Amino acid sequence: MAALLGRSCRKLGFLSSGHGARRSVSTETGKSLNLYSAINQALHIALDSDPRSFVFGEDVGFGGVFRCTTGLAERFGKNRVFNTPLCEQGIVGFGIGLAAMGNRAIVEIQFADYIYPAFDQIVNEAAKFRYRSGNQFNCGGLTIRAPYGAVGHGGHYHSQSPEAFFCHVPGIKVVIPRSPREAKGLLLSCIRDPNPVVFFEPKWLYRQAVEEVPEHDYMIPLSEAEVIREGNDITLVGWGAQLTIMEQACLEAEKEGISCELIDLKTLLPWDKETVEASVKKTGRLLISHEAPITGGFGAEISATILERCFLKLEAPVSRICGLDTPFPLVFEPFYMPTKNKILDAIKTTVNY
Amino acid sequence: MALSRLSSRSNGIARPFSAAFNRFISTDTTPITIETSLPFTAHLCDPPSRSVESSSQELLDFFRTMALMRRMEIAADSLYKAKLIRGFCHLYDGQEAVAIGMEAAITKKDAIITAYRDHCIFLGRGGSLHEVFSELMGRQAGCSKGKGGSMHFYKKDSSFYGGHGIVGAQVPLGCGIAFAQKYNKEEAVTFALYGDGAANQGQLFEALNISALWDLPAILVCENNHYGMGTAEWRAAKSPSYYKRGDYVPGLKVDGMDAFAVKQACKFAKDHALEKGPIILEMDTYRYHGHSMSDPGSTYRTRDEISGVRQERDPIERIKKLVLSHDLATEKELKDMEKEIRKEVDDAIAKAKDCPMPEPSELFTNVYVKGFGTESFGPDRKEVKAALP
Repeated sequence: MAALLGRSCRKLGFLSSGHGARRSVSTETGKSLNLYSAINQALHIALDSDPRSFVFGEDVGFGGVFRCTTGLAERFGKNRVFNTPLCEQGIVGFGIGLAAMGNRAIVEIQFADYIYPAFDQIVNEAAKFRYRSGNQFNCGGLTIRAPYGAVGHGGHYHSQSPEAFFCHVPGIKVVIPRSPREAKGLLLSCIRDPNPVVFFEPKWLYRQAVEEVPEHDYMIPLSEAEVIREGNDITLVGWGAQLTIMEQACLEAEKEGISCELIDLKTLLPWDKETVEASVKKTGRLLISHEAPITGGFGAEISATILERCFLKLEAPVSRICGLDTPFPLVFEPFYMPTKNKILDAIKTTVNY
Repeated sequence: MALSRLSSRSNGIARPFSAAFNRFISTDTTPITIETSLPFTAHLCDPPSRSVESSSQELLDFFRTMALMRRMEIAADSLYKAKLIRGFCHLYDGQEAVAIGMEAAITKKDAIITAYRDHCIFLGRGGSLHEVFSELMGRQAGCSKGKGGSMHFYKKDSSFYGGHGIVGAQVPLGCGIAFAQKYNKEEAVTFALYGDGAANQGQLFEALNISALWDLPAILVCENNHYGMGTAEWRAAKSPSYYKRGDYVPGLKVDGMDAFAVKQACKFAKDHALEKGPIILEMDTYRYHGHSMSDPGSTYRTRDEISGVRQERDPIERIKKLVLSHDLATEKELKDMEKEIRKEVDDAIAKAKDCPMPEPSELFTNVYVKGFGTESFGPDRKEVKAALP
C-alpha cells in the first residue's frame, strides 16, 4: 500500500537545511550513521563529559532492545549504566530523586506506550519540583528517552505517540528529533538542559534513517524550529518520523506547481511560535500533520495559536492531517496513518480554498 | 472420523476421534492417583497433599490437549516466519501444564485473566483452533474479530478476560473481577496470571492489598518462567520467591511443569479463596521459545539449559510416561494421536487462511458504544466520515 511504500523510502536520508545554514553542523560531514547509532554516540559523549551522569532502564545493560545503549555498560561500568526491574513508575521516580541530588539521570522507557505508569511521576513530581520548592530543589538533570510512533506492525501497544499528553504540562520539555544528526545534537541539549525533558525517538527511523553525523560533541538548541524546505504557498508543520512523509507530499505538490514550506518543530514544549508565525504570515496557509489521533493532538494547539496570531493573514482554515480517533490498530494501520496522499489531498484543497 | 485402529485392548466401540480416545477407557473414569513430582512449598498455609486424584480419561485428555497446544504454538511460529502473522507473537510452549492443570481444577464460571502469552489459555477455556489462527492472522473469524491480534484473545462465555499487552495491568483488573464475583455471590474465583517480570510492578501489590483487605476470591498466579524477556529473575527481583511476596497473603510454590501438581494447587487455591481470601500461586515453569518471535531466546540463556529442561521436565513427556506406565495406550497410539493433531492444526490453518480480513469500516466500530463513531474533517470543513476504499 502507498503508505508502506512511502515508509520504505526513508533510506534515502533527509534533506539538510542548506539555505544559509542556521548552524554549521548541518553542513559538516561525518560518519554515516543510523538513528540508534547516533543516539548511542550522544549517550557515550554525555556520560564521558559528565561523570555524574547515569543511564538506566529496562534492558539497557546489554545495549537495549533497539541497541541505543550498546557499549555504555562496558565503557562506563555497571554503577553508571544499569538495568532496572520492570516498573516504569519506579524507574522515573528513581530518576527524579537522582536528578534532585544534582546528577544527570538519563532514563529509558522501553516503549512510549509503557510510559503511563510513570505519568504521575512526570506530571506531578518532575514538572512541579522546582516550582513548588521555590527553586530550592529541581530535577533538571532528568531526561526520559522513549521510542514512539508507528513501525508498521506495532499494533495497539508498540506504536503510540503520546506527545500530546506531555505537552500539556508546564515544567517539562518535550523534544522529538527527525533524523540521526538532529537526534544526536538534540539529545545532548536535552541531557544538558537544566529542566526535565521527555525525548521521544521515532522508532521507525532507528535503522531506516541514515545520515552523515559529525563525530564530535555538538548541541542543537531547544525551542528553535527549523525551516527544512522553503516555499511560498503553504506551510507544513510536523515533527519526527512524519516529516519524511510530509516531504514526499511536498515533492509531489511541487510537480503540480504548489510550493510548500516545511518546518520541523523539534521542540514541542515550549515550541517556537515565532518561526511558524513568520512562515504562515508569508504563505497564508497552514497544514499540521502528526501520527497521534487528531482530537486533542498537538496540532490543535498549533492551530489555535497560529489562528490567534495570524488570523487576518490566513487564506484558508488550518488543516490537520493526523491519525484517526481510534486506538492504534494492527490490521488497519495503513488506513489509520496520515499518509502522503492524505496530506497531498489536503495541500491541494487548502491551496484551492 | 472413526478411529479404526485395532489393538489388542480395544473393545471395538467406535467413537469420533475428536470426542474421546477409542478404547475401553472411552467411558472409563476409573480413578488413578498420581503423585506430584515435587512436594509443594507453602507460605502461611498448609500445603495440599502430593497425591492427586485423576482418571485415565483425564490423563489422556491432558496428553491430547497439551500436544494440541504444543503443535498450535509451533505452527504459529512457522506462520509468523512466513509473515502471515504480523505484530507480536508470544509463544507458550513449555508452559502448557499450567493452562491444562488450571482448567482441570475449575469451571467455566471461574474467571481467568492473563497477560499476552494467552493462546493456550484461550484454547483451554474452550476456544477453537480456527478462532486462534484467524485472530493471529487478523481475520474476521478470530475471537476478537481480528482487531486484537495475538495479545488480545477473549472469550466471554467461558469467563476468559484476556489477553493484555501492558505488563502487570491485568492483575488489578483480575482483583476487580473477583470483587464482582464475591458481590454477586457467584461462588466463583478469579485467577489472575502474570509473569516473573510483572511481579515487580507496583500495581500488583496495590491490588493484593485491596484483595486481602476485602477477602476477595482472587488467586494471583505467577507463571515464573525465570526470564522477564531477557532478564533473569535473580537480576530483577531481590526476592525471587514470588509465592512469598504476598507477605501477609498465603502462597504456594508449585512445579509448573507437572500438570497434576498444577491441578492440585489450583483446586486448593480455589477452596482457599472462596473461604479465606486471596492466595498466591507460583508456577515454576519454563518457556522454550524466546520472549516473543523477535527474540531468539538464546542470548541470555544457554542452549544446554533449554535442552536440559526439555529432556528432564517437559510436561508432555511426563504425561506420556504416565500414560504408558499406566498402560492406557501404546507408543504407536500416542504417535498416531499426535499425527491426528498435526492434521487438525493444519486444517485449521488452511481454513483460517481462507477467511476474509475485517471490513475497513471495522476500524471505527467499538471505539465507543455503538453510535458515537469517529469523524475526520477535511480542510474545507466538510465532514469526511471514514469512507475508506
